[in-house]
Amino acid sequence: METLRGISVSPGVAIGEAVILDAEDYRIPYRSVPSDAVGDELERLSNAFDTAVSEVQAQTQQLRSNLGRDAADVFDWHVGVLEDEQLRKSIEDLIKEKQASAAYATSTVMRNYQRRFMQMKDPLLAERIKDVRDIERRLLRNILGETREDLAHLTKAVILIAHDLTPTQTAQLSGTKVVGVAMDAGAATSHTAILLRSWGHPGVVGLNDVSTRISGGDTIIVDGTNQLVIANPTEETLAEYREKQIAHGRLTEELSELRDLPAVTTDDERVYLMSNIEFPSEAQTGMDRGSDGVGLYRTEFLFLRPESAPDEEEQYEAYSQAIQGVAGHPVTIRTFDLGADKYTQRQNYIEERNPMLGLRSIRYSLQNLDMFKVQLRAILRASVHGQVRLMFPLVSSIMEFRQAQMTVNDALEDLEEEGIKITNPIPIGMMLETPAAAIQVKDFCREVDFISIGTNDLVQYLLAVDRGNERVSQHYTPSHPAVLRCLRDVVRACRRAGVECGICGEMAGQPLYTMFLMGLGLQHLSMAPGNIPEIKKLIRLTSLAKSERVARRVMTFETARQVTNYLRDETRKVLPEDPI
Amino acid sequence: MTEAVGEVAVTTKEGLHARPVMRFVDVASTFGSTISVCNITLGGESLDGKSAMEMMLLEATQNCVIRISAKGDDANEAVAALTSLVESGMENPASSPSGDPPTASAS
Repeated sequence: METLRGISVSPGVAIGEAVILDAEDYRIPYRSVPSDAVGDELERLSNAFDTAVSEVQAQTQQLRSNLGRDAADVFDWHVGVLEDEQLRKSIEDLIKEKQASAAYATSTVMRNYQRRFMQMKDPLLAERIKDVRDIERRLLRNILGETREDLAHLTKAVILIAHDLTPTQTAQLSGTKVVGVAMDAGAATSHTAILLRSWGHPGVVGLNDVSTRISGGDTIIVDGTNQLVIANPTEETLAEYREKQIAHGRLTEELSELRDLPAVTTDDERVYLMSNIEFPSEAQTGMDRGSDGVGLYRTEFLFLRPESAPDEEEQYEAYSQAIQGVAGHPVTIRTFDLGADKYTQRQNYIEERNPMLGLRSIRYSLQNLDMFKVQLRAILRASVHGQVRLMFPLVSSIMEFRQAQMTVNDALEDLEEEGIKITNPIPIGMMLETPAAAIQVKDFCREVDFISIGTNDLVQYLLAVDRGNERVSQHYTPSHPAVLRCLRDVVRACRRAGVECGICGEMAGQPLYTMFLMGLGLQHLSMAPGNIPEIKKLIRLTSLAKSERVARRVMTFETARQVTNYLRDETRKVLPEDPI
Repeated sequence: MTEAVGEVAVTTKEGLHARPVMRFVDVASTFGSTISVCNITLGGESLDGKSAMEMMLLEATQNCVIRISAKGDDANEAVAALTSLVESGMENPASSPSGDPPTASAS
């Protein structure tokens, strides 16, 4: 039995067999083979090439209709490379002359080619280095006998172990038999973590080396509540966890009884609990968990699919589905937050030294006006189906907000010329997630209809901590007094200006901060649908007066640790039996 | 043994990218001669005209001049076929599947 500690992204217990997702890079050590085994290695190589060719051909066949001609052409080139006699010969020569293993010879030759691609000047052709890597991996997988685990075809419940998952891979977990995830990389607020949370199964990230410590087929317990991953548990531990699994199910059931009750404090303060959603179907999920609407629809997840960028009709369909899912309740649609760790198909990956300070979010949209306008048209058209609000991410200057607003007006005019009239004016707000916007909040209050505080980015920019870097992510905490004071000032400025202010970061979904946020005067808390029942339970057991006292006391602390300890004690008094 | 050499400018807009590379290699592979190709404009090394990997490394972008050399019994025919293939914008020979023009989607 081995116990590893990481960072939890979603609570609960999952038990299953480990499936290891391919590591991004195989590191193949030099291994010489005895001279009488050279023949075996050559045969192994030849089989690997043959299998690879038929794999790619099958895949291309399947994808040709979906991917379009260009993408299929690239896979035809993969086949061409795999059938390249010159390439095969240079690998064979290395095996014969140096008595190298097939894996080592393949890796060496393919990496030499990768180095040559790296020296090419034409950016489009140099891009093909990714394909050469892809071909290398495919060959190595075949040589080493590790068949790619195809998640869609699993027949029993498994725990997925990975070094890191891309948001795209994570988005594809729903509908598979994966019941839990453990990975090396990651922090609680990375986009992968956010997706894992909305997926709803237990997950622990930031485990550093779980992918090398665990072997496929090991029995794994993922304890999302206590941030633990246990490999090959003893019978006793396993039995204990089966009990916990049942208990967690009971708690979930108890919380679901709160669904139809409003989030009202004991002194009659109404708080609105909204859902953060990534996929239109989640709007309905949020309502089922007892939410008051959608507070943050992260539309960029429309891009997280292997095919092409979403066109206006597809977007219109998605937004309409989300709006209809909440039946008359408000839906706040945030325009694309692309860039940084979220990339589009259309955007060629350009290495940025500092992507978090780079071309992302509203900046990206304003530099890609055609794409931005298509999105605004789709949102405006869908807005006739309900109460829709529009929100721009990562606004850092007044001019940026005005420019985005002008683009909305352009889209409105275009629609009107086409005979599509949008009668209800759509409220336009911003996400407050840069220190610049926080400092200038008073000025913004004169421009916007509402403000929603995005704490994930605000905290990382205020504290200068990369939330995705596991080496510093322990410094990332919303409990930092600088963060709390910033929130207080923003909420205060909004109240004075009469502008509605809500919060939609991960912080809003953590029971630890609920009393503090209510005490500041925030009445709109937007969170992952899964967090709503517990936050609602807490609100219904406490009072606004008490929360205001908590908020005032919190403001007197100088360290994050004091804040967290104090808030934990206060929250435990209200929810003694829940793990905070 | 015959030797033949020909030079030709790449006219296609995207240069010798995935599909043109495969077409070139497919045609080159129908000949018994060894075929080597060199990008004169970039002053690069000689690469194997029958290798999908090497032909991508030719980095033959638009307006590059490439030299095609062949050695073998059908060297003349090989050079003639390959230069005319490149000249024609890679849409030759007739045996290749005809490319549909990209469909413009109205939005």
